[in-house]
Amino acid sequence: MSIAASSAEQQAGSASVTPATRAALRRQRISETLAAWALAGPALLLLVTLFFLPVFAVFAIALTDWQFGASSLSFVGFDNFREVFADEGFRASLINTILYAVIVVPGTIMLGLVIALLIESGKSCRAFYRAIHFLPFMATLTAMAIAWEALLHPTIGLVNQTLASLGLPTANWLRDANTVLPVLAMIGIWQNLGYAMVLFLAGLKSIPQDLYDAADIDGADLWLDRLRTVTLPMLGPVTMFVFIVVALRAFETFDTVQVLTQGGPGHASEMLLFTLYRESFEYLRTGYGASVAVVFLAIVVTLTLIQARVMDKRVHYQ
Amino acid sequence: MAEISIRSMRKSFGATSVLKDVALEIADGEFLTLLGPSGCGKSTLLRILAGLEVQTGGSLAIGERVVDGVRPKRRDVAMVFQSYALYPHMTVLENMALPLRMRRLSAWQRLPLVGRLLPGTKVTADQIDQDVRRTADALSIGHLLDRKPGQLSGGQRQRVAVGRAMVRQPAVFLMDEPLSNLDAKLRVQMRAEIKELHKRLGVTFVYVTHDQSEAMTMSDRVAVMLDGELLQVAPPQEIYADPDDRRVAEFIGSPKINMLEAKLREDGFAETAGTSFSIPADLAHGTTLALGIRPEAFHLVDSHGENVLTGSVRLTEHMGSDLYVHLAVPGSDHPVIARLLAERAPHITSGQTLHLGVKPERLLLFAADGRRLRPDNRPNGTVLRMKEHA
Repeated sequence: MSIAASSAEQQAGSASVTPATRAALRRQRISETLAAWALAGPALLLLVTLFFLPVFAVFAIALTDWQFGASSLSFVGFDNFREVFADEGFRASLINTILYAVIVVPGTIMLGLVIALLIESGKSCRAFYRAIHFLPFMATLTAMAIAWEALLHPTIGLVNQTLASLGLPTANWLRDANTVLPVLAMIGIWQNLGYAMVLFLAGLKSIPQDLYDAADIDGADLWLDRLRTVTLPMLGPVTMFVFIVVALRAFETFDTVQVLTQGGPGHASEMLLFTLYRESFEYLRTGYGASVAVVFLAIVVTLTLIQARVMDKRVHYQ
Repeated sequence: MAEISIRSMRKSFGATSVLKDVALEIADGEFLTLLGPSGCGKSTLLRILAGLEVQTGGSLAIGERVVDGVRPKRRDVAMVFQSYALYPHMTVLENMALPLRMRRLSAWQRLPLVGRLLPGTKVTADQIDQDVRRTADALSIGHLLDRKPGQLSGGQRQRVAVGRAMVRQPAVFLMDEPLSNLDAKLRVQMRAEIKELHKRLGVTFVYVTHDQSEAMTMSDRVAVMLDGELLQVAPPQEIYADPDDRRVAEFIGSPKINMLEAKLREDGFAETAGTSFSIPADLAHGTTLALGIRPEAFHLVDSHGENVLTGSVRLTEHMGSDLYVHLAVPGSDHPVIARLLAERAPHITSGQTLHLGVKPERLLLFAADGRRLRPDNRPNGTVLRMKEHA
């Protein structure tokens, strides 16, 4: 009885809204709006000061001839961009970066997947294998780069000594224009491998056992068939994520170039972030550096958009 | 022909014994349900039948062929999973075609792009396509073939899962709680459809469920499992009316069977709950036993006496055609539940004293260890004399 009565009251209330209730509704709306701003405000403030304003500043600086520390600047329009694209050094840097990414991304994904599958298929020492493969990702790359430098040293490095003892040709890995980029890419793969592996392991864990059982019964019970029918498709979303993250990290490569090669020999190992750093903070051509940063940002944003739009639909099976 | 023969099947996971010496013969074309609460080992037994799990001991034959150690693919069985286990990246058509592709096409022919160019691929692929469409039409999912599982409702997914099992015409259908993810209404509908499907295909069905109404309505025979043991295998009606074990009696039936602990007197009457029942079985006096009384075995009588339970009404539940009466009786913690026909029951109120009579032949007697005690004259009953206690 009481339920029926109260619902009748509600109906009567909604049928005739008095001015008093309307004012109350408005007060409620205002207080909700205030609460919303109060809650979102701090994050918004941080986002604006730490992200949007600097990005805007970079765009603005890219249109000037400002030099780091200079007290005056003048507006030069798109001159910096014209110069950037005409510059052989920048073009070499862009091509190097893309080549580097083309080696590192598939290499990392494939090796990461293979190692994850191997670890998952075996039963012993899983934690140990996970840990040793993940270590490079955790370590400071600058320190690791020095270790690599020692390994790759032309005369006393372990790599060349091993090759020589096996009677194989040696090389001055970091000083030869033909080998420097592939070698840096190898180090890049070595470093990102653990990250990809951990994500793939998590992805493998989340594949329901039922699907493997169904594949067994349907006849897809050989290793390759199971991989093609269940494992790889179900890892689609993880693979996409690894692809984007590793691609972004490949484009951001800086430490190894700075420590091992300084972009050399010539421009053979120069990459975007290194160019940006060198132009802005060594040559102090901040305006020019800012325009490189804009190009860099454009590439990164494009990569992210690809993830959000195109691939997302194809790997999440909804 | 696909009769299934399970002989002294055992399965342990580490120290935990999941199946304890299970033996079961399933006839060709039979619909057999494995019924039991979760964790009783019924799904494990089904997975052993499918070849997804390897038994610790015992042997299994499907259609006179011993299949121990044979891969699931070669057993001629199909399985429908509780989760349906459809491949989410494939369309309904691809899902249903997979078992056929895996069997009819060689590994080379299944390769993407290259496979199509090999001789014979196209003919076989077209044949597969036709077979899938025919099966899909039979299940009225022909219009869904281009969709992915994510775009289907629960009922549609269920049909696709059945379709994928059906399309290659297996000799045995294994179903692992296929209806438990559906809502109640759809479950009743699919129950009928699966039964219909069994009739149409005429192949052996082994169906696992914890839902007794599914087991009772669909099966030719029900195998009740508990703690890794088969307690009874019999047609649904027999499982209900003539249980071999106290646990079977308690598991089957809703509301649950009433169990009254009693002691047998010298004059052949069992004393319990403030009354005495005449016991048809030939048992030694002093024996402790449990009297099982189904809720519908009660009828209203006017006064207290032998074979009459008297107590005060705690609660009544109107179920439309039936009336459930919860009766507090002396010496029992649980109320006795009686199911009376609503139209014949008078107006009953809480607190009222009620007399419920039971005909002696409707009593189910169980020994202290849970075994059923049957009167000597029952032709199909095990004769149990317990005179050794005297």
